[in-house]
Amino acid sequence: MAMVSLAPDTASSSAKVRAATDAPAALICRNLWKIYGANAEGFLRENPMPSHAEVRAAGLFAAVRDASLEIRQGEIFIIMGLSGSGKSTLVRCLSRLVEPTGGSVFYEHQNLLRMSPAELIQVRRHKMGMVFQNFALLPHRTVLGNVAFPLEVQGLPKEEREARALKMIDLVGLTERAGYYPRELSGGQQQRVGIARSLAVEPALWFLDEPFSALDPLIRHEMQNEFLRLQRMLSKTIVFITHDFDEAIRLGDRIAIMKDGAVIQVGTAEELVLNPASDYVSAFTRHVARAKVLTAGGVSVPVTPGETLGAAVPARALVAEVAEAVLTSDLPAAVVDADGVIIGKLERASVIANLVGGVS
Amino acid sequence: MSEVALPRGEAHPRRFPVGWMVAAIVALAVLVPYVAPGTFGWAKSYPATWIVPISDWLKAFLYWLARDATFGLFTFKDMTRFISGLFGHALDVPKALLSTGITLGDEDGAFHIPRLSWAGLIAAVTIWSYLLGGARLALLGFVGFAYILVFGQWDSAMVTLSQVIVAVLSGVIGGILVGILAYRVPRIEGAVVAALDFMQTVPTFAYLVPLVFLVGVGPVSGMLATILYAMPPMVRVTMMALKRVPPELEELARMTGCEPRQALWKVLVPSARDDLLVGVNQVIMLTLNMIIIAAMIGAGGLGFDVLNALRQANGLGKGLEAGLAVVALAIVLDRMSRALVEMRPVHGPAAQRRRQLFWLGLVVLLGFTALSFLVPALEKLPNEYRVSTGSMWSDVVSWVNINMFATTDAIRTFLLLYLLVPVKTFLIGFPWVGLLAVVGGGAYALGGARFALGMMALIAFIPVAGLWERGMTTIYLCSIAVIIAMLIGLPLGLLGSRSERMHGFLGAMCDTLQTLPSFVYLLPVVMLFRIGDVSALVAIVLYAMVPAIRFTDHGLRRVPPSLQEAGTMAGCTGMQRLTKVELPYALPEIMLGVNQVIMMALSMLVVSSFVGTNDLGKQIQVAISQADPGKGLSAGLAIAFLGILADRMIGRFVAARRQRMGL
Repeated sequence: MAMVSLAPDTASSSAKVRAATDAPAALICRNLWKIYGANAEGFLRENPMPSHAEVRAAGLFAAVRDASLEIRQGEIFIIMGLSGSGKSTLVRCLSRLVEPTGGSVFYEHQNLLRMSPAELIQVRRHKMGMVFQNFALLPHRTVLGNVAFPLEVQGLPKEEREARALKMIDLVGLTERAGYYPRELSGGQQQRVGIARSLAVEPALWFLDEPFSALDPLIRHEMQNEFLRLQRMLSKTIVFITHDFDEAIRLGDRIAIMKDGAVIQVGTAEELVLNPASDYVSAFTRHVARAKVLTAGGVSVPVTPGETLGAAVPARALVAEVAEAVLTSDLPAAVVDADGVIIGKLERASVIANLVGGVS
Repeated sequence: MSEVALPRGEAHPRRFPVGWMVAAIVALAVLVPYVAPGTFGWAKSYPATWIVPISDWLKAFLYWLARDATFGLFTFKDMTRFISGLFGHALDVPKALLSTGITLGDEDGAFHIPRLSWAGLIAAVTIWSYLLGGARLALLGFVGFAYILVFGQWDSAMVTLSQVIVAVLSGVIGGILVGILAYRVPRIEGAVVAALDFMQTVPTFAYLVPLVFLVGVGPVSGMLATILYAMPPMVRVTMMALKRVPPELEELARMTGCEPRQALWKVLVPSARDDLLVGVNQVIMLTLNMIIIAAMIGAGGLGFDVLNALRQANGLGKGLEAGLAVVALAIVLDRMSRALVEMRPVHGPAAQRRRQLFWLGLVVLLGFTALSFLVPALEKLPNEYRVSTGSMWSDVVSWVNINMFATTDAIRTFLLLYLLVPVKTFLIGFPWVGLLAVVGGGAYALGGARFALGMMALIAFIPVAGLWERGMTTIYLCSIAVIIAMLIGLPLGLLGSRSERMHGFLGAMCDTLQTLPSFVYLLPVVMLFRIGDVSALVAIVLYAMVPAIRFTDHGLRRVPPSLQEAGTMAGCTGMQRLTKVELPYALPEIMLGVNQVIMMALSMLVVSSFVGTNDLGKQIQVAISQADPGKGLSAGLAIAFLGILADRMIGRFVAARRQRMGL
């Protein structure tokens, strides 16, 4: 799907690699539960859909409640929630770092939860990569040693693994620092190493657990750009965790919002802003820069027959991207779909309202 | 709900005043045997017919173990023989390298490969110290080893060093393996922790007794005792270090598809490097401490020289020389291993320089050794180049005896007449039922009836096993030493908490005091106060004082500034602030210091029995010389029980206190 943009020079601001909405699902979880406490399995077998009160009455704690997700091939899927919402536990259930109490996880049509330890080791060695919040670098290994580590675990000969690791190090721009030890690097550089290491095995599925939360705001922004650049090159299937809604909007194709262990809503940023499923979701979206989230198509209104319209803008373009064109014209802009058919109009008042924000 | 709202007194009916009852029973148990010695004589001194022959049972058990015990395929004796053979061979390697060299062929056509040259070793130690800690450490390493050489201690020191090498390697490797096992298998963890707790309260000497009996006298059993003594902290450190590895690193291991073995050796253990090296440092220091004591069962080396000097009337000068060599070895090894902890990985030229220095040290070492084929003086420094201060030290000793005799003897007599003898007489004459009641009453106040019963069982071991007089001598020496150590340590710690300079000075002093093997303390003490309780007391106080200073300093430093400001703003004078705000806040920490002081005093007590006290330590020592394992073990158990008693009671007190303050 070609991206149509009126202002190519601003494309970088919305540089998301928009995945095809019809791409097949790569990672599916259904009715996933993680309950902590004595005999949690038995409890869940007897009460397949326990309420909060029932779980608490049994002296247990549900970190993940009945989560069902379909993550599509090549998309950046964000799991977003405040601390304690269960997002970390959920992503660990998806990779089986934490053993789910109930439900299923399918990756490429295989049930991850049925796999033997040996099969799981193979899947993790070849299909999965993970970036950690606090980098999780091995302090006794150089940058090269860290990045080559997953390949070493697989038993690759030294020359081959170092050659491959060097390529990854080059990819994240740390070639000069390949001989350094982690403690000799800045936080941003350390996370670049973490990213290079997670990519070394060329995984199809990439987990990132709040990768930029431990970094300063400026570095965080830079790393987000770096991440988008990499994804444009690599097109991985990505599960990305964050507690920062701005980051979620900036990076994600789709966002799942979690609260108290449950997934409350899944959708694109625009869907979450326009149709929040609950007050909780709208509380998140209230302070968002709407013009950078909403598309022309999303805020367009039907055309009155016989009305004169100004320049055409693509329905998929963000309001911020078309704002100048609309505001400098006296007429409402015509919103057209990919085939050039007019599907509605975009009025100046609507653009201004969304630019200023705060309109419910 | 209404119950919660009511004041406590009204919610419960008036309870029977148990506390007063307990106090009355304690008072009765103590006083009645004094008042009515006729009727209650049995309650005053423990009747001999009631003594349970525990030491005979232990002796019989050990004899059975040594003679008849079998695991089916092999006997217990086979096992101890195998182990001692194994460590004997392991010891041969460093001994040949450092001490004896290798002689091939028989006497006529013998070909001698020299041991590592002293010149090479001193140079290598200096270079490696430089690599680890820069010029200052290099100087220390050079001076330390040069002292050992020049003062003729080289041969003994190398015997000791070989044992240290084998013991440290075994202790570290064994400790890491046991620690990993306990970390991996939760069910084993509980047992390991319990065993470690017990082993830490058993006095060093008690290890020697059964070993002499099962393995025999000699360097190997000395080394085995040392390993048993030095390994537990490594186990503890390993467990703690692995637990402290960030969970993300463990997840990393799993996400990259590590097999359990890969996760352990490639991720967990290397990530715990710094903590593990701290453990290595501890093992080295404990090993040195114990290997000197193990001279009593034939470990040889520097320990033997010190021991021999203590045994002879006029050998003190020689003993001090050997003692200083022990100190030099201990300080150099301690500082080198600490520098290793501090060393961080580097890249590029700095890393290359490290490698070069390492190889340079090795080349110099081997180069000098190769040269010593041609120049025998490089293998063994000829006598004429040696300096002996033995005569000088003897002169110092006689000078002290002549000029300071009046002073030291006055101190000695004063202490004996007005402090030691009265307390000792009082305690030995104390009714045993009264002792049980006092312990039980105190424990009841701290932790209730069950706790009190447990503590009373521990203290009852002393009269029941027929160890009353020696046990009470131990308690008397230990408590006086602890009180004096606290009287010195508290003000010093207070000064340390108030001034940075004092803090630094005390820190360095404590470091040095802790580096010295306990045996070494006896030499100067005997020089000043001769054989007897006073010498023992002074040695114990010196050795056990360190935690009193450290914990007081640390506890007072941890008082939050806001609390101090609150005290000042309430109009406290400096003294009021100290006694009403800071000391109460720091009390739990200080009590932990007292606990440490007691533990160290108990262990030093056994060592110092060598300078003539008639306590449980003496019994262990006698047991070693008579090869009577039953007596030694029962005395060792009694000391261990005293240690556990103090540890648990103080532990309860600290926990209750901390809970009350919400810490």
